Amino acid sequence: MNRRKMWIGLGLVAIVGAVVLLVAGGLRENVVYFLTPTELEAKGAEVYGAPLRLGGQVKPESVDWNAESGRLLFVITDGETELPVESSGAPPAMFSEGMGVVVEGSYREDGVFRSHNVMVKHSNEYRPPEEGEHPKEIYRSLVDDEAGR
Amino acid sequence: MLSTLGYAAVIAALLGAVVMTVAGLVGGFRNHPLLSDVARRSAYFSFAAMMAAIIVMEAALLGHDFSVEYVSRVGSRETPAYYTAISLWSSLDGSILFWGWILAGYAALLAVVRRRSTDRLTPFVLGAMGIVGIFFYGLLVGPANPFGLVVPTPENGPGPNPLLQNHPLMGLHPPLLYLGFVGLSVPFAFAIGALLSGNLEAGWLRDARRWMVAAWAFLSLGIVGGAWWSYEVLGWGGYWAWDPVENASFLPWLTATAFLHSVMVQERRGMLKTWNLSLIIGTFILTLFGTFLTRSGILDSVHAFTEGVIGPIFLGFIAFITLGSFALIAWRSDRLHAPGTLDGAVSRESAFILNNLIFVALTFTVLLGTVFPLVVEALRSERISVGPPYFDMVFTPLALILLFLMGVGPALPWRRATPDKLKRTFWVPLALGAATVAIIFLLGVRRVYPLVTFGFAGFVFGTIAEEFRKGVSARRRISARPAPLAFMDLFTRNGRRYGGYVVHAGIVVMAVGLAISGSWKLEREVTLQQGEKLEIAGYTVQFEEIWGREEPQRFVVGGTFQAWKGDRHLGEQQPRLNYYPTSQQPIATPAVESSLAKDLYLTLMAFDGENGEHATVRAIVNPAVAWLWIGGLIVGIGALIAIWPHRRPSYRPELAAELAGRGDVAEEPAVGEEESEPARVATGGPVE
Repeated sequence: MNRRKMWIGLGLVAIVGAVVLLVAGGLRENVVYFLTPTELEAKGAEVYGAPLRLGGQVKPESVDWNAESGRLLFVITDGETELPVESSGAPPAMFSEGMGVVVEGSYREDGVFRSHNVMVKHSNEYRPPEEGEHPKEIYRSLVDDEAGR
Repeated sequence: MLSTLGYAAVIAALLGAVVMTVAGLVGGFRNHPLLSDVARRSAYFSFAAMMAAIIVMEAALLGHDFSVEYVSRVGSRETPAYYTAISLWSSLDGSILFWGWILAGYAALLAVVRRRSTDRLTPFVLGAMGIVGIFFYGLLVGPANPFGLVVPTPENGPGPNPLLQNHPLMGLHPPLLYLGFVGLSVPFAFAIGALLSGNLEAGWLRDARRWMVAAWAFLSLGIVGGAWWSYEVLGWGGYWAWDPVENASFLPWLTATAFLHSVMVQERRGMLKTWNLSLIIGTFILTLFGTFLTRSGILDSVHAFTEGVIGPIFLGFIAFITLGSFALIAWRSDRLHAPGTLDGAVSRESAFILNNLIFVALTFTVLLGTVFPLVVEALRSERISVGPPYFDMVFTPLALILLFLMGVGPALPWRRATPDKLKRTFWVPLALGAATVAIIFLLGVRRVYPLVTFGFAGFVFGTIAEEFRKGVSARRRISARPAPLAFMDLFTRNGRRYGGYVVHAGIVVMAVGLAISGSWKLEREVTLQQGEKLEIAGYTVQFEEIWGREEPQRFVVGGTFQAWKGDRHLGEQQPRLNYYPTSQQPIATPAVESSLAKDLYLTLMAFDGENGEHATVRAIVNPAVAWLWIGGLIVGIGALIAIWPHRRPSYRPELAAELAGRGDVAEEPAVGEEESEPARVATGGPVE
């Protein structure tokens, strides 16, 4: 009886131990830090290659989107620090200069942030868009083209 | 007018819940049939009141009565009627109203089902339901009142959150999920009722289990429906992102599933009494916690409605329920001793216990990953996120162990297995599993997780098939019925067990779908000029044109593409982007061309807004995704078989006599050989 209890206890300890190790390892490897360009610059070499989320604004007149190669270049800024971002894939549909974005990717030795995902930062509050932001305004030309369709 | 009516109805529901609680608890303690009757009638009353509230709200929504606050926030004259009707659950207050209505419905159903019972359990259970009712109706009367009056009456409203009015599945996924979530409060009420009444024999557990299976089935379908919705709407080609609120619905599912297995150990061996109570209560607490996550706005998520006041109230209620429940368990601890012990290391109960450990470990890991960012931010004011890689890494191995156990547990005998019996039971399934691995390996698959998944899937199917084969041959020995009828008999005579196997089969189908779609998804993002083609995994996609269309509630931009699979024309594909006036970002409607083997999934990413000459499209080839939905459906059917009420011959003496005369037997005897040992019912604890 006692022997069996000992074995059951040992089994329990082994299972719990394995789960704890798995979780600890999983968290250590997969936590993604959210930083601003200033914070990122301060960390510098410490975070080369680590998965990160970088939040800031798209610097006006810095956007270069090449539809052919599918490469998007722009500069992200928090008002203090500017960082070049290189992203693969089309910009999100409402992506525009001056807007808040969160980019997912990693910081490289060459000082460029390589991103695989650009997210337009939006609150969950659905506020009415401002003048000029209205999708119908932006895509007006398209509707006119398709009038009578 | 409607505003006053609705508010009055909600107040009436609250009063009903207060009466139900007081009458139920006092009636239970005093053992007073009149008070129990009052509790039951109050359940009907609250349901009638909530029904009225829902009707008023729907009338206000569909009639565009913007003087009602909720309508002024989620309604608009342009929204199509279908989405207007279902916008009942598209924002905080309405969703709590919907929740309250379902809760009232469950309480009334409970009162109907147990109207003839004279035991002390029923009033206590109703009393416990009443406590939950007071909380939710109280929210509706206080901080989450959807019936507030807006003066002056606005002309129009913004319409529901664009994401929630973009796909018809919004009419299906939330109600299923709510039926599941709220349904979990019924087993909880049974647990509290049993603790209060002090009669902790197995009787309450059978009822609690039945309600649990029903709620579990709704929750499962709700989760799968949510995955489907996400696949059809969010445009990234996936169905599960370990989003905090997806996790919130998954956590109670995990503990409820654990309970559905461990409850059998208690029924057969009288063990795990405290454990089972804790699982039921923990499941309910996790539903509250999930609602708290969704409704308090503390997390960033597609589901998070941003409203803050309700958070602290929820936390308070969660604390109250947790402390109260576990105080009750401590109070009754003298009646929770187990008469049975673990006899053999290899037995069905030990497999169930291992299964439970892993379910709880899974709950813990998912919970930790979900709240870790909150904890880190609170302690170190660093902002972090825990992404899908963590969950995949931790979840997959544990889930695979569960998959394996699914093939082991049902075939093991209770108490103790001899090596000889193990060999006889498992050689066929094991051979099947090994053969599956060998075939898949020869087909060129070298990845470890998919191979293991396929191997275990083959093994589990082998076990299930063996169980059915044994069951059919046992029935044929007894009743000499032809095999197909004997097969159907298994479901009608022991639906609980064989329905459970059907659920297992559905889960295996889903596991295979997950392994395939997770491992062999192909994705390309290309900008195409008009007439240009893109090739991916045997599919060809040609871009034709970009078009735009005004609709009352939105503006739609679509791309027309032609698609071929090899030489076979699949027809026109029209991925769209929908621009809602209230949303900064367009909401995608991907074009999904589905088949059993593969889905072609096209999302319009960007387009030439000037002349419509080029479009950027993301093309994803997703294998075996359809199996997830099919597996989910099988799970639902299995659960239905398991709870389908059958006339039990043993309860009808005249029928039993007739059956006995035919040489049939009233009670289901041995189905598999291991069932021949008479069920050992728990006998510990004082009998009242």
